[in-house]
Amino acid sequence: MKFSYFPGCSLKGTGKAYEESLLPVLQALDIQLEELDDWNCCGATAYMAVDEAKACILASRNLAIAEKMGHQELMAPCSACYLVLNKTKKYLKESPAVHRVVQKALGSAGLTYSGNVPIRHPLDILVNTIGLDAIKKRVKRPLKGLKVAPYYGCQIVRPYATFDSAENPTTMDRLLEALGASVVRFPLKTRCCGASLTGTLPEPGLLCSYIILKEALKRGADVIATVCPLCQFNLDGYHDKIAAKWEPVRIPTVYFSQLMGLAFGIPAEQLGLHRCIVPMKPLPELPAAAAPKAPAVAA
Amino acid sequence: MELQRTIKYEADRVKGFGREIMSVPGCEQLESCIQCGTCSGVCPLSIYMDFSPRQIMAMTRSDFKKEVLSSYTIWLCASCYDCTVECPRKIRITDIMYELKQRAIREGYAPKGFATPALARSFYHMVHENGRVTESSLVIKMLLKSGLSNALKTGLGMWRLGLNLIKTGRFSLKQETIRRKDELAQMMRIADQSDIDRLNGNGASATSEKGAHAQH
Repeated sequence: MKFSYFPGCSLKGTGKAYEESLLPVLQALDIQLEELDDWNCCGATAYMAVDEAKACILASRNLAIAEKMGHQELMAPCSACYLVLNKTKKYLKESPAVHRVVQKALGSAGLTYSGNVPIRHPLDILVNTIGLDAIKKRVKRPLKGLKVAPYYGCQIVRPYATFDSAENPTTMDRLLEALGASVVRFPLKTRCCGASLTGTLPEPGLLCSYIILKEALKRGADVIATVCPLCQFNLDGYHDKIAAKWEPVRIPTVYFSQLMGLAFGIPAEQLGLHRCIVPMKPLPELPAAAAPKAPAVAA
Repeated sequence: MELQRTIKYEADRVKGFGREIMSVPGCEQLESCIQCGTCSGVCPLSIYMDFSPRQIMAMTRSDFKKEVLSSYTIWLCASCYDCTVECPRKIRITDIMYELKQRAIREGYAPKGFATPALARSFYHMVHENGRVTESSLVIKMLLKSGLSNALKTGLGMWRLGLNLIKTGRFSLKQETIRRKDELAQMMRIADQSDIDRLNGNGASATSEKGAHAQH
């Protein structure tokens, strides 16, 4: 099975562990990817705040490149990219005026966009196309005893619940269970992590992350699993600041693909796990190693 | 204590502002807002806002242009879309917030020294120059744009995160870029030349808006 692949800026930057773990996992399941040739930034949330028509052109260039490459479907692992591409696709359908401008802009680069490429999140591809049975067959080292809080963040299910419920998504829960992990009931699974506000307005931004980390600890999780590079960044990167402001809530946050890789028997160092600021305990020690209330360790 | 008038008169409003927003595709449903407050209730950031999302909806509809566009609220919206999903009247509140952000930047209302609009502008320019974003240098640019004292305050608070990112190999100042930058620049020029500068169904309200700018 082959998909075209839109990594987005984060998977080549601060979120490179996501790509490092996702690629070998997909390879193990015989999924081939072809990275979009000369892709550009999706615009994320920040660009849309400045100019909407240009934001649509920006995202459309990627969609047009995907069409040109001729694969059936486009995979976008970053939640912001996934949303922006889907949103643009919808806008182009809804607004003939925008569609005209976008087509004109694309035309100047010899590109066209017919609106037909489905944009898929890897979680959706893995669970709904590959299937949990095929994934279970590939598990060599079940994550037995590992208590995971499944954290989806916002933009993967909102505003478009394309493959799961907006209020209570369960795709990652089922995937983690298939890997042998114990999934913690986590009602804050789609609460906002603070997004880029953690960097621009730390007080309100970090409060969002603090609430999620604290809840995961309260529910006895060993680790938080995420699908989004910005969520991972926020939940992993700001423990010191959160401890200084409120209290230590130290718990590792990893990508669901890193947990998949571990369950598949892929060595941790090939899954970007060394890039976690709050390290995850090695698997064999797992059941005993849950020490959620450990104080923040100085860098 | 300095006394401030809190009640606005009819004359303080910018007539037509609400209509204008509601004419933008995606924002039409604002008209049917029942002021139930669900948006404010679910918003994780509303506790920090100067006006709650519900108030922003009412104020926009009632033409309080200056108050809405210079509010902190629109810059505290993190785009989590919870309000949009939960709104019983299907109002695309997050998209309305985007529309308000765009206008606040375009018309110079965005609060000075507030880092969120500074980030949006830095992000926008970085994408225009290179087609891609390098997160580490984006943060540095954003800090410089948010004013020196803000930059020092926020920057100093970030040094440990920076060190941690360097240690884990996640920090890079190497500018990511696309090969066909000219192609992207050409596409953006076409957007500039077209008669819509936002998602308008027709050119008519774009013209009336320019009239409104002149009055302001």
